[in-house]
Amino acid sequence: MSFQPNELQRRGRSAGILTAIAIGVLLVAFFRAQVIEHAEFALQSDDNRLNEVVLPAPRGMILDRNGQVIAENIPGYSVSILSPKVDSLRATLLRLSSILPMSDSLIEVVVKRYRAAPARPAIILNDASFEQVSILEEERNRFPSLVIQAAPKRHYPDSQAVASFVGYTASISEAELETERYKDYKPGQQIGKAGLELQYEADIRGQDGSRFVEVDARGRVVRQGGGRPDRLPESGPDLRTTIDLDLQRFTASLFDSTMQGGAVAMDPVTGAVLAFHSAPAFNPNDFIGGISSRKFAALRTDPRKPLYNKALQGTYPPASTFKLATAIVALEGGIVGLGDRMPQTCTGSYQFGTRPFRCWEKKGHGSLTLAQAIEKSCDVYFYQLGLRMGLDRLLAGGAKLAFGERTGIDLPEENRPGWPQASAYFDRLYGKGGWTNAVILNLSIGQGENDQTVINMARFYTALATDGHAVRPHVVEKPVERKKLFDLTPEQMAGLREALAGVVSSRGTAASAALKTFTVAGKTGTGQNSQNRLKDHAWFVGFAPKDDPKIVVAVLLEFGEHGYLAARIASKMMERYLKATIIQPVNVTGG
Amino acid sequence: MIRKAVADYPLAMVALLLTAFGIAVVYSAGQTEVPNAAVQNAWIRQLTWLAVGMTAFLVVTRMSVRFLEWAALPAYLIGCGLLVLTLIIGTGAGTAESMKGWIEIGGRRLGQPSEFAKIAVAMMLARVLASTKVAPKSLVDLIKPGIVVLIPWVLVMAQPDLGTSLVFIGLFFAMLFWSGASGTLLLLAASPVISLLFGGSTWWLWATWFILLLVVVWLYKPFVVEGVVLIFANLTMGVAAPVVWNKLEPHQQDRLLTFLDPSRDPKRSGYQVLQSRIAIGSGGWTGKGYTEGSQKRNGFLPEQETDFIFAVLGEELGFIGVSVALTLFLLLFLRIIRVAMRASDSFSSLVAFGLAGSWFVHVIVNVGMTINLMPITGIPLPFFSYGGSFMLACWIAVGILVRISSEGRGRPGELGLA
Repeated sequence: MSFQPNELQRRGRSAGILTAIAIGVLLVAFFRAQVIEHAEFALQSDDNRLNEVVLPAPRGMILDRNGQVIAENIPGYSVSILSPKVDSLRATLLRLSSILPMSDSLIEVVVKRYRAAPARPAIILNDASFEQVSILEEERNRFPSLVIQAAPKRHYPDSQAVASFVGYTASISEAELETERYKDYKPGQQIGKAGLELQYEADIRGQDGSRFVEVDARGRVVRQGGGRPDRLPESGPDLRTTIDLDLQRFTASLFDSTMQGGAVAMDPVTGAVLAFHSAPAFNPNDFIGGISSRKFAALRTDPRKPLYNKALQGTYPPASTFKLATAIVALEGGIVGLGDRMPQTCTGSYQFGTRPFRCWEKKGHGSLTLAQAIEKSCDVYFYQLGLRMGLDRLLAGGAKLAFGERTGIDLPEENRPGWPQASAYFDRLYGKGGWTNAVILNLSIGQGENDQTVINMARFYTALATDGHAVRPHVVEKPVERKKLFDLTPEQMAGLREALAGVVSSRGTAASAALKTFTVAGKTGTGQNSQNRLKDHAWFVGFAPKDDPKIVVAVLLEFGEHGYLAARIASKMMERYLKATIIQPVNVTGG
Repeated sequence: MIRKAVADYPLAMVALLLTAFGIAVVYSAGQTEVPNAAVQNAWIRQLTWLAVGMTAFLVVTRMSVRFLEWAALPAYLIGCGLLVLTLIIGTGAGTAESMKGWIEIGGRRLGQPSEFAKIAVAMMLARVLASTKVAPKSLVDLIKPGIVVLIPWVLVMAQPDLGTSLVFIGLFFAMLFWSGASGTLLLLAASPVISLLFGGSTWWLWATWFILLLVVVWLYKPFVVEGVVLIFANLTMGVAAPVVWNKLEPHQQDRLLTFLDPSRDPKRSGYQVLQSRIAIGSGGWTGKGYTEGSQKRNGFLPEQETDFIFAVLGEELGFIGVSVALTLFLLLFLRIIRVAMRASDSFSSLVAFGLAGSWFVHVIVNVGMTINLMPITGIPLPFFSYGGSFMLACWIAVGILVRISSEGRGRPGELGLA
């Protein structure tokens, strides 16, 4: 080496400068990261250690018209787990299953939830029992990645009695999360899945809060509540319905365990639904926190279809309850008067071409006026009335009476009733010339190509109970929306009501449903059905009191055989409601 | 005898400050939410090793430079012998599990021989370079010193320990520079390695480099044999680069690729750098507070007591803490350069500069790695990273430096030499 002092000096100086530059470059790099880009890295650091735990907000309560509770929230617990990786999640779940039995499918569900949002705790149990929570709390040290927290739990005190309209809640599904409607929802959130819970989801959902727990790299919770303040959940507003809970319970109780069908009670002027029931009903509390697959399979395979809403979705030929529609179309068109008789008296059957059409009364009714024919529900009279007005007039009249339209009730999944809009329908169904005017005979007595929902029949009768205006039914208070269906003279209206009152009198088909204190007006029906030819569906649609109707009731009993059975249920409902509201007026604004 | 008047005690003080700073950070590295007994007590073991190191420091300061010069060859031979032994009976440790870097007897790890080999190689190289009175002028002059470094370099690469092998290369070029070799010669000496790097990327980059090299060789006018060997070496390396790349262990390939793009694999190899940068960046001006770093406390920071200890410092003490540490290192280097400049003879001057060069590579590579300026090579930070043999080796080196300074000439100006 050259050891000349001057050269050494020169080299030493260059080495010193070079070193200072290198250290300077490092300092610049640190300055950039720590000072210029500090905010971004600080955020990433917080994201690393802070995991958001959603604090579920209670949903608004669902109340009846008097403020009584239909759906409420009770304290519950949710158990969820934090994890940095799927592998460690599985390992922890496996260890956890020794103290908290978990099926393989539940483990898969948890893994799926984790994958959907790895930064959030994956929910294991939405609705843990107090026993489960105490066991887990005891073993807390072994499972530092568990998050146990209070979660309000939906509860329906009247369970089956309110299921048909209130619906239920459950965890949001993956498919739902992808839809526009649920775009601001998070996995694991509870949402309305049916009934009012679904219809008014946006109104009654609360604003979920959040808590930040500090976790380490392995997902172990090291501190409850981290660097960011908690956001407290906000409860959703209560939902006041028009339901009369007392009448609702009573209605549900009228259907014993063997009966199936639907019943609707509503205010004929405002459209307020007072009671709404489908039997048999499911227990909505079973769905809270996730229904077991065994229970759900049992509900789905039950031949009596508890998940099928028989008041809203079920469609049935309206049978004789439809004779009022035939009569109204004829009266409005001036084809017949209330006192008019038909050319052929009823001898128990009517010969149309080569084919005899029978009346339900095999002995025959003899000669009847229109009013009497309604009372006795004489088929032979209505066959002739239908033929007299002709198919086109009958179809157009039925369409005008809204037999082909949904009522627009504020409940999800209402089925559209079936009513042929024009004779072309039959051409499509049977081929041109493949059918005869015999279809008129069937249609005029409410059979044939005519399928009505219970709620739509109730709406039609609100027009009969008032002045020809049908009102749109609603379960939650809304502006009254009435639509004129027909235009009859006051005399004609009075005559029809008189005839309907005759039905529920010693002269009529529903004599046993008569009440002592109120005059019930209504019409029975016995509908043929394709499921069981021997057991007809039983209908009753009517209102009370006759001269100042306060309540319209429609009842359908599947395989009920006799219309008067449906009429007895309807009149009991009317009596219950009217006695409570008219004879002993209650403070309707609630306590 | 130490001549107290000239012995560079400020140098020892800076080293002591760095060590104290380092042990404080090692203590903090053990303060985690879920305690790890080994890391938690690392600072106590580090203190114990400091005591051993201080003893060695005192012993070494009593060894004359002439003794050190005499001891260079035996130390070098023992160092190489230990590296061979390590290859045969060595074990891995920690994240370097796949490496054979440690010597273990009866299950107790005794240490990493490569830490002592660095000092021995610096001494041996100094002896070889000091044997001539002029600076190396041609590549032929570099053959002997080249062999001195090549042997331990190959042994370390065989472990395989990329970081330490980098230190040897740094040591080699630093000492060549100090011996007075010209920049062109250093460039020519480095050319095969540059060919290797460029050959590994794109062909036109290497072709450009190769043409440039031809021009330099023509201007430099070396011996004919020299020129031919140089060009042949560059050709071979350019062609061999892809082959060498394929020969690299997957974790080494990963590290190099991750260096180029840390987000390439954020869950695995990129994870360390990403988390390290987050830790440092989130520290801000003043840091999150001593022992309070959340990245470290919650286990997001990897190897927090060894390779990534500087990230702990950056997170908890912020840019101010980083500046203090780097300034101390700069002071240390400037002080050692001063020692090298004032050394009484070329051997001791070269040893001093070589030790500085070795530490310089350690600091730049380790600190640069935590902020993604350098690839992850698993190279410790002197005086900071937890590790017994490195602490001991560092203090032996400080002892050598103090001894050299004490035998030095004082201020060149005062002696009328400037």
